[in-house]
Amino acid sequence: MTELFKNIVNLMAVTAIPLMILIFLIWGAVRKVKVYESFVEGAKEGFTTAIRIIPYLVAMLFAIGMFRASGAMDMLVKVFSPVTNLIGLPAETLPMVLMRPLSGSGSLGIMTELMKVHGPDSFIGVLASTMYGSSETTFYVLAVYFGAVQIKNTRHAVPAGLIADFVGMLGALFICRILFAV
Amino acid sequence: MIIFEPIHFTKLRAVTQAAIDFAATAVEIALALVGVMALWLGLMKIAEEAGLVQLLSKVLAPITKKVFPDIPPDHPAIGSIIMNIAANMLGLNNAATPLGLKAMEELNSLNPKPGTATNAMVTFLAINTGGLILIPATAIAVRAASGSANPGIIIGTSMFGALCATVAGVTASKLLQKLPWYRIESEKEDANNSER
Repeated sequence: MTELFKNIVNLMAVTAIPLMILIFLIWGAVRKVKVYESFVEGAKEGFTTAIRIIPYLVAMLFAIGMFRASGAMDMLVKVFSPVTNLIGLPAETLPMVLMRPLSGSGSLGIMTELMKVHGPDSFIGVLASTMYGSSETTFYVLAVYFGAVQIKNTRHAVPAGLIADFVGMLGALFICRILFAV
Repeated sequence: MIIFEPIHFTKLRAVTQAAIDFAATAVEIALALVGVMALWLGLMKIAEEAGLVQLLSKVLAPITKKVFPDIPPDHPAIGSIIMNIAANMLGLNNAATPLGLKAMEELNSLNPKPGTATNAMVTFLAINTGGLILIPATAIAVRAASGSANPGIIIGTSMFGALCATVAGVTASKLLQKLPWYRIESEKEDANNSER
């Protein structure tokens, strides 16, 4: 059942882009759109949008990079560790919960490490990979998306994103405990 | 004469190095976006002029009207938002980010106060940070590489987790936008005027 679902989604993922391009071009031609002119007209914005992001992304990434290198993560883990027992979260996965919204490469490293130590099919291994798959790197998304339109006052975007991450992690813990806890 | 003990400050050196390395990484990421960004903006322009995006928006209007009440239902932003979410769910990152940035630009064209995020932008980003995806390909690949007997076992659990995250994010964005300190100035004035 999972296998069938996986195959169907993989097929969709592989065919989606060529199919979409084909449909766009054919539909455009049928509707008498000047396909080449329109494409170039739209594409010329690509450079400016990508370049606009740079200051926002530098600000976000260098701060997170310094935070990771400084060892402040260990301190955060100590601060939050009393909570882990309370909600039944294995202490080993706490760095994963804290790193997930901050850094994609950081949380990927933690997930790989946890699987190496505890085994990918252990409860901790399954939980860590579920956590990785249940969320996006919130601060990266915020920096890139807001950077593209020069938004400096992000209002409630950070709290909303962090609430999403937190509930996603709790959801991952909940479903893994029901299905895989020994 | 004072002789200093040789000290190394390894942690501090690492912190300095990290700041410089990640600043460079940021530029690399942005520059890598130039090509795919141009590709998708070009394709979307064709789709718009052919009326495809508008068609897509019209079909899904009943849902989008509820999630994004501030966007006019026939606005091109809706089409870009839908395509961004679809690309994210299929795990097509190379398409999802350019489409998402296009959506942000269109949302910004509705922004009465440039530089300040609108409610619709925050809701859209909450959906994106929720990370709804059908197949968490990276996690599965790492599981397979670590010798898992069943790498795909996390598909269902990840989807559940991401669904929780997305619903919570959208709900939080809707609730938080009503709080006084997240109100936009013009909204406050409107509220004051209506009280009078």
